[in-house]
Amino acid sequence: MSTPPAGPPGTGGGAATVPLRIAGSPAGPAGSSGSAGSSGSAGSSGPAGGPARPAWHPSVLFAPARLRQLGALLLVGVLAAIVTGPTGNSDKPLQAAKDSIVDVRIVLYLGLAVALWVLLVLGAQLRGALERVSAPVRAPVGAAYGRRGGPIVLNLVLLAIAIVAPMVVSTAAQQSMVNDIGIYALLALGLNVVVGYAGLLDLGYIAFFAIGAYATAYFTSQTAMPWHAPFVLNPFFVFPIALILAALAGVILGAPTLRLRGDYLAIVTLGFGEIIHLVANNADNITNGARGAFGVPHLSIDLLGIDYKWGIDPLPYYYLLLVIIVVVMIAFGRLERSRIGRSWAAIREDEIAAEATGVATLRMKLLAFAIGASVSGFAGVLFASKQFFNPQSFSLQASFFVVAVVIFGGMGSRLGVVVGAVVLQGLAFYLRDKVPPADRYIYFGAIIVIMMIFRPQGLVPSRRRRREIQLVEEGIGAADSLGVAPTGGQR
Amino acid sequence: MSRVGAHRSGVPGARNPRADETAPGDLVVEARDLALRFGGVTSLDGVSLRQRRGEILAVIGPNGAGKTSLFNCLTGAYRPQQGSVTFWPQADRPTELVGRRPHAITRLGVARTFQNIRLFPALSALENVQIGTEVRQRYGPVGAILGLPHARRAERDGVRHALSLLDLVGLSHRTHELAASLPYGEQRRLEIARALGTEPSLLLLDEPAAGTNPAEKQDLAGLITRIAGTGVSVLLIEHDMRLVMSVATAVVVLNFGRVIAHGTPGEVQRDPAVIEAYLGVTDAEDTGGAAGGADVPAGRGAAARKDVR
Repeated sequence: MSTPPAGPPGTGGGAATVPLRIAGSPAGPAGSSGSAGSSGSAGSSGPAGGPARPAWHPSVLFAPARLRQLGALLLVGVLAAIVTGPTGNSDKPLQAAKDSIVDVRIVLYLGLAVALWVLLVLGAQLRGALERVSAPVRAPVGAAYGRRGGPIVLNLVLLAIAIVAPMVVSTAAQQSMVNDIGIYALLALGLNVVVGYAGLLDLGYIAFFAIGAYATAYFTSQTAMPWHAPFVLNPFFVFPIALILAALAGVILGAPTLRLRGDYLAIVTLGFGEIIHLVANNADNITNGARGAFGVPHLSIDLLGIDYKWGIDPLPYYYLLLVIIVVVMIAFGRLERSRIGRSWAAIREDEIAAEATGVATLRMKLLAFAIGASVSGFAGVLFASKQFFNPQSFSLQASFFVVAVVIFGGMGSRLGVVVGAVVLQGLAFYLRDKVPPADRYIYFGAIIVIMMIFRPQGLVPSRRRRREIQLVEEGIGAADSLGVAPTGGQR
Repeated sequence: MSRVGAHRSGVPGARNPRADETAPGDLVVEARDLALRFGGVTSLDGVSLRQRRGEILAVIGPNGAGKTSLFNCLTGAYRPQQGSVTFWPQADRPTELVGRRPHAITRLGVARTFQNIRLFPALSALENVQIGTEVRQRYGPVGAILGLPHARRAERDGVRHALSLLDLVGLSHRTHELAASLPYGEQRRLEIARALGTEPSLLLLDEPAAGTNPAEKQDLAGLITRIAGTGVSVLLIEHDMRLVMSVATAVVVLNFGRVIAHGTPGEVQRDPAVIEAYLGVTDAEDTGGAAGGADVPAGRGAAARKDVR
């Protein structure tokens, strides 16, 4: 009489009177299917359960996933050769590409690509071997799910690199590390809460950044904009104000629109971003219009005996940003592991089930929106006090760029989105003198397309996100934060 | 259409006088005259039911009878066009459920599982249950970020509660495994644990035995009895008659969106209207195979025959 959905896994095993908990094999469909590596964790899959593989066999080199990886790397090599090659002109648009491809350069890049691939393969093999050795130790808990695999050392190394890096580069690069990489890393961390944690696509995210920046101009200077506060505040006091203003704007935008699903929310936020941008651009006698805000004072503190002024030198800004980014990363890590982070994960994976389990979905989504917006507003204050700005900085393109950083770096992964900002903005800096500004987005587009084909989970994927994508690929669940969740909780 | 008429005529005779005598204070939930229509399709057509506190009430009926629609009305997933649902979290606190959002109803103490399992597939078993146990916690983002004492304590309590529930449903050995990687029967039990995490006084189980094997069904019957033993009232949709007869203290039979019988399992089993609904005799045979087949698929009719008797 029961109507079983087609082929429940496990019913076959416990056919007669055998209790099922014995029948279920430890390696379920998600834990470790032998797909020999669709990602960086590649050959390391399946430490528990599966048949013992030989430690090394040449055939791993020719697994389809491996070959695809090689193809991607070669493609990137060609792209890099073209990018670094001679600049073309409009008379012979393909001349430059041709010159690049017949150059010595291409050999170099293709060689690099192959070398990198070999390293990746060997690395995966090595890791697989290590896990086979350590598997018996941590098999019961660690196989499918383990918290804190000891990346503390890695984090410290990365932090050390971040501290040392600006000291060895040019001033122009330092400027870029603050204005582009640092600010965008912060923005991406904020958007990551909205897109990566709660699974909401916000295409107008930069609007909150603009709110923060204009709030700074309003409160800290009598001359930056025609419209200004009757008093002057130290930029540091504007941080909390901008935070609250941006969060408030997020709630006001979110309250009516978060009832919408997926695509509709994206369109509404897109509209909101454009409204803020156009208002900033056109309200000449309020925001100074397209000319932008001049003369917002630099940050300075004079408190408890500490007297310091940030100035033209980008380094102090860099280290301030670094501290803020690290603090935000730690804070959001805690948030993600709390009941709030779990509620977001629940909403992302199955909103109807989350609601039925008592998660106040609308309120949690609003919270994600507000938190994301407040980080954006906070970044806006830093941005405004660092440099002159005009509405150009808050264009649609900037919004898309932050989304691209989050997706490229790895949705839901704090380290990932920061690395994403470093890579994409680093690329932008690198391309600055190499290609005309208008062409820059061609390369971004190409690199993101390649990324989405070969590594959809992003550069440094979050553990949850990786599992979700794995499940979707196997046809279980439809948890894609950018897709519409399956609807209808009945029958 | 004459089939519907036949069922309607069965209603008065099937009504069990005992339920009407129950004092309201003894009830945990009462639905009155619920009607739910989707365009021209009537899913519920004046359904009323009462459940006493601590009772295991089974809702049975052929496919499409409106059982899941009833659940969706009780839990706020659908809003019925007509009727009301009163729920007593405590005996002296009647609360109207119609018009409330699902999460608010869950917080009041009505938890549910789904017919087609809806776990959070990429979260571990523990995390799935934790989401349930944490719905009553009040700490916010600041507490979580700063790791304030009350937040840490709440977090620990949530984990402890979740672990004890995993133990209750027999999934202690799966604590850190992904929900999606569990065998089917264990997923069903995990869903029950998640629902119990919200500390319900009324638990709605939508076909918990669907797709499970006989051994699991036996385990499940024991589990349901144990849950009811802790003071949780259980409202159960189930097709498996052996399970219903072994655990339910009362049964309500739905057909075509109407209650055609209710009473003890034994009474319902003998009720002519119920037998007719399940076997699809009388009119179905007169109108020929095509009409009968549309309403009661042959396979299901045969299964019902076996299960009801």
